[in-house]
Amino acid sequence: MIRIAQLSCGSEYSGIQKEIERAAETVGAKIIYPEVSLEDILNVEKTFGVSVSSGDLNLAMARAVRIVQNPDLADAVIVMTCFRCAEAAIIRSEIRKYIHEHSKIPVLSYSFTERTTAETLLTRMEALVTTVKYRGLLAREKQKGLTAGIDSGSTTTKAVVMRDNVVIGTGWVPTNEVLKSAEDALQAALKMAGVAKEDIAATGVTGYGRFLVGKHINARLIQEEITVNSKGAVFLADAQKGTATVIDIGGMDNKAISVQDGIPGGFTMGGICAGASGRFLELTAKRLGVDITELGKLALKGDYRNVAMNSYCIVFGTQSLVNSLALGCKPEDVAMAACHSVAEQVFEQQLQEVEVKEPVIMVGGTSLIEGLPKAMEELLHVLVTVPKNAQYIGAVGAALLVSGLLED
Amino acid sequence: MAKVIVYPPTSMILSDLVERMGHKALVVPEAVRRLVTASGIESPPLNMTPEEPKKGLRYAAVDVPSGVRGRMSLIGPIIEEAEAAIIVEDPGWLTGCAGCSRTNELVRLLIRTKGVPVLDLSYPTNDAEAKVFVSKIRTFLEGLK
Repeated sequence: MIRIAQLSCGSEYSGIQKEIERAAETVGAKIIYPEVSLEDILNVEKTFGVSVSSGDLNLAMARAVRIVQNPDLADAVIVMTCFRCAEAAIIRSEIRKYIHEHSKIPVLSYSFTERTTAETLLTRMEALVTTVKYRGLLAREKQKGLTAGIDSGSTTTKAVVMRDNVVIGTGWVPTNEVLKSAEDALQAALKMAGVAKEDIAATGVTGYGRFLVGKHINARLIQEEITVNSKGAVFLADAQKGTATVIDIGGMDNKAISVQDGIPGGFTMGGICAGASGRFLELTAKRLGVDITELGKLALKGDYRNVAMNSYCIVFGTQSLVNSLALGCKPEDVAMAACHSVAEQVFEQQLQEVEVKEPVIMVGGTSLIEGLPKAMEELLHVLVTVPKNAQYIGAVGAALLVSGLLED
Repeated sequence: MAKVIVYPPTSMILSDLVERMGHKALVVPEAVRRLVTASGIESPPLNMTPEEPKKGLRYAAVDVPSGVRGRMSLIGPIIEEAEAAIIVEDPGWLTGCAGCSRTNELVRLLIRTKGVPVLDLSYPTNDAEAKVFVSKIRTFLEGLK
């Protein structure tokens, strides 16, 4: 049983404690609360570096100190505080950094509302457990044999066929009917690879539809997209050793993952506002009358500073773009403004929650919209790498990891 | 007998003093007891559900953190019921604590703006101050009808 230490403020009063425990139970983990004395709490100014006026946050910091001093107490840590609490946001971030810097325990931070459910937490909790449970598998650097990977995403379904560390077939279709889309993507990848389905030794599945697709095709590996995508990203970017930061801006949510030697150390997964997702770029392309594949090239010719974008909401953001066009702004400036807006939101809301260390690898379909990695480079002041086959990152990660299971 | 809310609203020491003087102490543990003994709810440790932060909207707006609103769903009704209040400043965590400073601030504000008699005290730091502390509480409570 994986022990996840919960360091939090407000979860029981928000009525979501049961949801947290249910999510942990679903992924085979147990929530624990490290014991501390009153003395430990009174001393957090000395031991942690600060004490605040909210008692429960001081308790969370005292628990963090206890875990660092006794790493055997927990296998993973989840730091949770109320959404919109400034005091808690500061301490949540500092606790995450403190544990990250002083221990090797994987840590996840999350801000909740009363609407947070076990389902919301499931993928995050599953990733946390995977990094603990399958550390050996995640350390795997090479794909062997003939395997396939399917990434059943919210917008598109991707599939790859790999043979001895090389991608030999790919398939990419829009996600309509989940099972049929998975079948179509796999068939396309098999056709390109020139192999029969029966020859595939094992298949790994990730993405939103992983449980349905995985069960249907009797997949050997069914895994959440955080660990799988980070594995696929460092594999394709040839950055399996040392640090890396993986940014995946998806159709429905975004992931920012801090990776050490190919294994996620900390991550965030955002999905509150569609204005920070690939959907916004789709809408922009549609409004500009260009194909989504042309939006990035158009953006590269533009300057976001020429367009007034003061809203993060997908509806009002689109309205800003429409108004800008009506005022005579150039389409290329509008395209770049949309890319900058998405990148800025991810930068402000998610990249503050992980340690950004080079190389920074952008993956997923949106990374192919050239304006987006460029906007991220400008915000981060570092070179952003977009590896070949970046859109197949989840499928590649799944095919790579499942090949490790064949040897076990 | 008056209904007296104490601050911190989890303080058993203060509630004991109020009860000894023949008044009814309004405290959070009483509200928690009602929740944890309620049948049909299975949401440990406090049996609070996402409905509680919604009930807290009576006291704090929707953009106030859910943890504050959830706490207010317990403390707010007590404030409404109160006919008098004792507020102890800088009480230290041993005296009782709601865990959240924003909740504490809102509770103090709502008590003070309610218009009931309020006794403001500093937390005693030695025996002599403690005697004055208890004496002031006794005088205040004796003055309540």
